[in-house]
Amino acid sequence: MIAVIIGVWSMIFLGALMRGMIEDMIENGIATLTGHIQVHHKGYRDDPVIENSIADLNTIESALESLLPPGTQWTPRVRVNGIASNARHSDGVTLVGIDPELEAKVSFIGHAVTQGRYLTLDEENGILVGKALIDKFETKLGRKLVLMSQDTSGEIASRSFRIVGVFRAEMEATEKQFAFVTMHAAQRMLRLQGDISEVSIRLKDQGETDRVTNALKETLPSAYEVHSWRDLLPLLSAYMRLFDGFMWLWYLVVFIAMGFGIVNTMLMAVFERIREFGLLKALGMRPWWIIKEVLAESFFLLVIGMAIGNTLGLLSVLALSGSGIDLSALAAGTEYVGMARVIYPAVSGKDVAMANLMVFILGLLVSVYPAAKAARFTPVEALAHT
Amino acid sequence: MGFNMNIVECIDVKKAYRQDTLEVRALNGITLSIQKGAFVALAGPSGSGKTTMLNIIGGLDTADSGRVIVDGNALEDMTQSELANLRLRNVGFVFQAYNLIPVLSALENVEFVMLLQGIPPDERRERAMAILDDVGLEDMYNRRPAELSGGQQQRVAVARAIVSSPSIVLADEPTANLDSKTGKGLLEMMKQMNERRKATFVFSTHDKMVMDYARRLILIRDGLVADDQVREGGFRFAIFD
Repeated sequence: MIAVIIGVWSMIFLGALMRGMIEDMIENGIATLTGHIQVHHKGYRDDPVIENSIADLNTIESALESLLPPGTQWTPRVRVNGIASNARHSDGVTLVGIDPELEAKVSFIGHAVTQGRYLTLDEENGILVGKALIDKFETKLGRKLVLMSQDTSGEIASRSFRIVGVFRAEMEATEKQFAFVTMHAAQRMLRLQGDISEVSIRLKDQGETDRVTNALKETLPSAYEVHSWRDLLPLLSAYMRLFDGFMWLWYLVVFIAMGFGIVNTMLMAVFERIREFGLLKALGMRPWWIIKEVLAESFFLLVIGMAIGNTLGLLSVLALSGSGIDLSALAAGTEYVGMARVIYPAVSGKDVAMANLMVFILGLLVSVYPAAKAARFTPVEALAHT
Repeated sequence: MGFNMNIVECIDVKKAYRQDTLEVRALNGITLSIQKGAFVALAGPSGSGKTTMLNIIGGLDTADSGRVIVDGNALEDMTQSELANLRLRNVGFVFQAYNLIPVLSALENVEFVMLLQGIPPDERRERAMAILDDVGLEDMYNRRPAELSGGQQQRVAVARAIVSSPSIVLADEPTANLDSKTGKGLLEMMKQMNERRKATFVFSTHDKMVMDYARRLILIRDGLVADDQVREGGFRFAIFD
């Protein structure tokens, strides 16, 4: 029974940790400017240059208004690669021009500012940068930062911004990579005249991603490309598939260990009671009834073990749901694979059902061997057993 | 089937056991028949093959060769499941070591066979109580085997063997673990069952007292029938004299 309890507990608890980790990775990826769906000008994904900007936002806007489910948030953005520099340092960054109000409802930046303030709608010179970038550039709030990028005429455009806010992100790479200005400021600097780079959409229900993506693909003209977060974050999608594969592998390992435990327990139980089975057979109990009796005992062993294992598993998840598991000490390693610093376990009904179903069905299957063994003894052999 | 027909017929039954490389021949070609309603003792010294014979008649063990017919059923042609059904419907067993189910009360032990037969609970209980009354255990329905004496346990075993009115009751040294007074009481009781219920009783024994109760005595020696006598004022076997 202990084998069943430990098996079910570990399947549920480790499954919840893995699920929590992957969900955090997905949420993190989606919140870091990806959204659930993005619309770009055709060719932008392959070559994200300023020439591949969206000129006609109205067409997209009307399609979004008619197709997006209630509760969906979306925002336009300007997004170009550029160089940030100050007197001491320079480095490549992604310049993101945002609508501060709409962006706050779609991505992490709305609630990530830890020093200074968030951008206002008509801000012309303000810029938000990450804590890691500030540290790297040895600068601080209120100082100037010069941004350079190629404008629509192919010339180098540069402009000086003043740091009005510093943001923190789950990953240090995000803090170093992105610099946020208002969309108007970016458009003016790059001479975009109202053009944008992308539209990012955040759905209320992630499960609707595929449906909405397909609907947008059908509705929008061919000059636009629609991508779901799975296309935009291929590494994360690969992680998810890896995670599913790992879970099956883990179930298999646990089950093999547990299966041996069950077979051993049931065989011991059968051998201890071999005289009893002999007597039952002598009195006229059919072999099939003895198989049923041993299987019934396995059934109760499994059900009780599963009940305790589930309770312990869910209690373990509950105990960690508040504080999570802090992996800050391993931040460099976790960031490398896109993991959050703190893992919060997430219980999925599907994972719990799958773990229980697997233990139950395979547990009963491995019990057939001791059951058949019990049924095979002749009454004389069994009654002579000491 | 008439009263005088044979309930057991054994023809040239042979059985050997293998212990490692050593073959022990338990039965060397036994041929015998037992009439319905008989009260027969299979006698012989230890190792003579009487228990093996009893086990084969009861379908607990199978013969290596020869024919065994019990209540019209040729055992060598039957599957394990059919043999189980034969034991359930046609044969009652009384073991030397009682072999009651320790976690069940006397009443439940007697009911158990009827439970396997699918008899409804009320009828089971009624019949089990009646048979326990018959064997003199009317005050001990709810006692577990550990709370009963050896003689009382063997009475429960006899009650269990006979409650579903089997064609034949096989008793393997039923008095071996009992003192002579208790053993005598048990034999009286079984004799009454034989007369009252017309049940066939076959014992294996090497106890002179048990033999004295039998109406027919079959002497088995070295796996063969050495003598076979019907009571006519007493048995005379040289080996026991």
